[in-house]
Amino acid sequence: MSAPVEFLRLVIGLILALSVASVAGEMLRRRFGPDGTNSTIENLNGRITSWWAMLVLLTLASLFGRGGMIVLFALLSFAALREFLTLTSKSRADHCALLGSFFVVLPLQYWLVYRGWYGLYEIFIPVYAFLFMPILVALRGDTTRFLARVAETQWALMVAVFAASHVPALLTLDIPGWDGPQILLIMWLVIVVQGADVAQYAWSAVGGHHPVAARLSQSKTWEGVAGAVASAAALGGLLAWLTPFGLWQAAAMAGSVTVMGLFGGLVMTAIKRDKGVEDWGHLAAGHGGFTDRLDSVIFAAPVFFHLVRYFWAVT
Amino acid sequence: MRRALRGLKALAALIAGQAIVLFARLITAPRAVWRGTDPVPRQRIYFANHTSNGDFVLAWAVLPPALRERTRPVAASDYWLKSRLRAFAGRDVFRAVLIDRNPETRDEDPVEKMVAALNDGASLILFPEGGRNMGPDPLLPFKTGLYHVARRCPEVDLVPTWIENLNAILPKGEVIPLPLLCTVTFGTPVHIEAGEAKADFLTRARAALLELKPEHAP
Repeated sequence: MSAPVEFLRLVIGLILALSVASVAGEMLRRRFGPDGTNSTIENLNGRITSWWAMLVLLTLASLFGRGGMIVLFALLSFAALREFLTLTSKSRADHCALLGSFFVVLPLQYWLVYRGWYGLYEIFIPVYAFLFMPILVALRGDTTRFLARVAETQWALMVAVFAASHVPALLTLDIPGWDGPQILLIMWLVIVVQGADVAQYAWSAVGGHHPVAARLSQSKTWEGVAGAVASAAALGGLLAWLTPFGLWQAAAMAGSVTVMGLFGGLVMTAIKRDKGVEDWGHLAAGHGGFTDRLDSVIFAAPVFFHLVRYFWAVT
Repeated sequence: MRRALRGLKALAALIAGQAIVLFARLITAPRAVWRGTDPVPRQRIYFANHTSNGDFVLAWAVLPPALRERTRPVAASDYWLKSRLRAFAGRDVFRAVLIDRNPETRDEDPVEKMVAALNDGASLILFPEGGRNMGPDPLLPFKTGLYHVARRCPEVDLVPTWIENLNAILPKGEVIPLPLLCTVTFGTPVHIEAGEAKADFLTRARAALLELKPEHAP
């Protein structure tokens, strides 16, 4: 892949922004919680570290074009699926179906995305995995909590594989009058959703009074959501030059992916509460797992993909 | 010639050991949680729940290499001596203390073998349930081996070690492991008290292990 000016400019800009953020985070830590005692600052620094990781991974993968991106997201899906299925109900009878999820369904879904076979990758998991996996389980004859087991496995596939695969699927879109590269759409999506997460947190901390779901999360408030949508719209608009969208279109798109991302995060929190865990996994001590970092992007990706495909792409 | 062969075998065992640890780490991304103690080079018996043949590989793999080198699993000879490959894995790779579970056929007392290994300076991984737990109970009653060894070597730390999720990763009879996440939680060491009755000690040790079980586990 050639490295167009926009892409280089974006990567350099992000490196500068993250450097500033890293220095600021370190200064905050020294000032307010030198031993890692201030959980807000630790959380912020954890996020900054994960943004560095995302930037490095996305940039490296982009060097290998669509294939590189597919491999990167297939691996992330694998990590997320493993975290999800670690917590779901299962029994010995599910072994084959679960192996199939990891080693057949996941690679096939990403292969279909790689081939750009839209008609099949949009229904492969929602229809065919949905129909065939329970058959595999039923053949083993264990009916204890059967529906819960197959439903939770299907949920894991939908979230960790199907929804997540819509991020690299953006690369397959053919947008007239815009020669991309399409990876800029991915960068734009990730930046907006991650920025919205932080904005939500900040707006809630400053002026949040009405929790969206008090029993689930005290830190997510309606004021925070409104502030996040406005901030993300501004950020998305500022970065409209990365995309085929006009200024107002970019702002509207940013608002919609923000809403999806924030409420998607809420759904994932509900699942964690249900399963009695704090984090999905243990990528690094105290920073949760892959799914914790990606939940909002995962929920936003299919909606973003379909909006772009419907309004901008040649279908 | 014999010597060269033996050296070759030792090298093969070393490589196989590293490969198994790497494989276990890739599959289960195991996390060691040192909740009640630290990974320090003290002589220890890690006593763990047993639901899968992968159990001790995992407990062994999450130990820091310096500790792993000195730690030997206690395993059933009827399983590990069944074929040449298993015998190589059991004897040479894991350097397991192989005990015969059948009192009728055995010519060596398992407690004596474990004490001898401890006297050599090794730490042990022991599964006091005496066999794999296939039932719905999280933990079976303990066999008495742990008590007898603790009585003979009272200064050795008995570290409760809860292995989570491995049962789902490799259920009995399955060959291909599922790549789920595992945790191995090390609790506060238990020591036998002077004059403590066998049943009391075993109940106390079992409770210490059960306490480490995560709540969300199905």
